Amino acid sequence: MAIKPGFLSKNPSVLVFLLVLAAFTLGVTLMSEAYGAGVVSTSFVKTLGKTLCLCLIAIAMDLIWGYTGILSLGHFAFFGLGGYMIGMWLMYARTREIVLGSQGALPPTPQELQDAIATQIFGVVGTSELPAIWSFAGSLPAQLALVVLVPGLLALIFGWLAFRSRVTGVYLSILTQAMTLALSLYLFQNESGLRGNNGLSGLQNIPGVAADQDHLSIWFLWASAGMLAAGYMLAAFVTSGKFGSVMRGIRDDEARVRFLGYSVESYKLFIFTLTAVIAAIAGALYYPQAGIINPGEMAPIASIYLAVWVAIGGRGRLYGAVVGAAFVSLVSTWFTGGRAPDLNLGFYTVKWVDWWQVLLGLSFVLVTLLAPKGLAGLVDLVQGLRHPNRGGDPMGPGDGSLREEEAVE
Amino acid sequence: MSGTGTLLEVSGISVTFDGFRAINNLSFSIGASELRAIIGPNGAGKTTFMDIVTGKTSPDEGSVLWGEMSQNLLRMNEAQIARVGIGRKFQRPTVFEDQSVAENLLMALKAARAPWRVLFWRPGAGDHARVEALAAQVGLGDALERKSGELSHGQKQWLEIGMLLAQEPKLLLVDEPAAGMTLAEREQTTALLVDLSKTRAVVVVEHDMEFVRRLNCKVTVLHEGSVLAEGSLDHVTANPKVIEVYLGR
Ligand SMILES: Nc1ncnc2c1ncn2[C@@H]1O[C@H](COP(=O)(O)OP(=O)(O)OP(=O)(O)O)[C@@H](O)[C@H]1O
Ligand SMILES: [Mg+2]
Repeated sequence: MAIKPGFLSKNPSVLVFLLVLAAFTLGVTLMSEAYGAGVVSTSFVKTLGKTLCLCLIAIAMDLIWGYTGILSLGHFAFFGLGGYMIGMWLMYARTREIVLGSQGALPPTPQELQDAIATQIFGVVGTSELPAIWSFAGSLPAQLALVVLVPGLLALIFGWLAFRSRVTGVYLSILTQAMTLALSLYLFQNESGLRGNNGLSGLQNIPGVAADQDHLSIWFLWASAGMLAAGYMLAAFVTSGKFGSVMRGIRDDEARVRFLGYSVESYKLFIFTLTAVIAAIAGALYYPQAGIINPGEMAPIASIYLAVWVAIGGRGRLYGAVVGAAFVSLVSTWFTGGRAPDLNLGFYTVKWVDWWQVLLGLSFVLVTLLAPKGLAGLVDLVQGLRHPNRGGDPMGPGDGSLREEEAVE
Repeated sequence: MSGTGTLLEVSGISVTFDGFRAINNLSFSIGASELRAIIGPNGAGKTTFMDIVTGKTSPDEGSVLWGEMSQNLLRMNEAQIARVGIGRKFQRPTVFEDQSVAENLLMALKAARAPWRVLFWRPGAGDHARVEALAAQVGLGDALERKSGELSHGQKQWLEIGMLLAQEPKLLLVDEPAAGMTLAEREQTTALLVDLSKTRAVVVVEHDMEFVRRLNCKVTVLHEGSVLAEGSLDHVTANPKVIEVYLGR
């Protein structure tokens, strides 16, 4: 990436973001059970690490929706695929360790070993054969490559078909949603070779690593923070120059962008694929912290939540997406985790586990209607207080100029 | 090349919208450095003609050929047509209102258009100078950092003309450039268009006869989607058919 020395100084918000992120990660580490005071539980460290991954996919969503105006309701499919790709290696390699550990004196032949692993993994779905898509599962580099390649190729093919025929707006949203639904239904089948509705589990154990979960959780927190930082800088780079202008141009008036000579379809395809890859990487970091992945995670509703986070945070700016994802997903964990005290209204007791969805939906509607800039709009408010807006239109139209209505009649 | 040779050759095009014939067997050609005015009553098909040339609308029949190589424009999409050198100014000013004047001009500036190239493109000193010069030329020299949505209607027209110039097209299609401009601005616009036509082809659609007179060029009168008359302004305004459909009302 060609970040020039002046990149950070030209984008002060990036620097602020990186500093806050570093302080946060360091702070959590110093309060963790493994490396610090032990105030923050390991399971909460995992929640925070997962939240950072959600912030990363929110950045992807902001690039495609907030900047380019394409409301994709399918990015959680890419997130899930990324998770499955890394999950295959985690599960395979871990099972191999277990199988090898339980063997007798004679080392097994490769065929015996593979059969034993397959029986272990696929016993639950009633087969003992390793499906062809698991061919590379024994190799970490191969599965890491697939984390990028599988979702990237899917996005490339889907995007090519959709954008080439100039599907836009709500039709495109429906199409992306249909893709997600189809993928999730396919994965629910046992024949998909990914253990159907059982999904992949035990992903929190990293093969070949002896460290306990207390330590691992902190390592993954740092890895997630590092990837979020990289994703943020990449997104800032992409949106800062003329490319960013073209993205916003496509959002506001794509026909006009075409008449300037830009091939709008190629740009959309490029951004769609790039954001799919970012989402997949976020997923590949998320699921080892979650420990389990199943097709339900990729249900269309997840991608809709993603849009809600970005809208509440404030689309069209990167920190808005991050703040929205972090805020809403953490509050959501709090409410749905049963930790929020019930609200007794006398005639009715509001149980937040049930009512949180309603509250979230309501906030989404309110933000969309009343504060389209979302939480990030608060930053403008603060800056507005610091630099009062003089208002008015200093130059305005010349005295004799026609008004717009006259001009276009 | 100095005015000889045809740059754009439109022959026998027709377009029908839901049974309504907006363009009817229209033929039109323009030389490499020629200024041409197109006039005609509302709904005559002037904008639709520009839509066809720029690839926005595809005709039911006819051909549109471009340049010395006689490239078939009908086989290209809007972006490709823009890249071969056809720039367009819309009837309603269409600029990117959420972006600054400088960003609008930078986006239009002649440069590579492919995503990879654009991603790593950063404006050099020459590009900044060019943007400043263009902004100054269209009277927006001190508005570079303003959001273009804040500009007045006339200023948006000028910004769009600036974007057109930034593309350095071989053919400019200009749809009602003077709408929303003051008298002084209109005079400036005519001077600019006349000047531009010395080095490239310019097609101007305009309702304002005074404006057309100042352009002092060949005029094509469109009516119901085909050419009614062609020649100098005095010649066409003396044509009884033209008087009947357009001027005499
Ligand atoms: N997309 C469309 N669908 C249906 N009818 C259309 C469409 N575009 C143009 N028309 C019709 O075609 C005719 C020609 O329209 P056009 O905009 O080319 O006229 P014009 O000469 O530019 O008029 P004006 O001077 O008002 O700008 C009009 O009757 C218009 O209603
Ligand atoms: Mg018109």
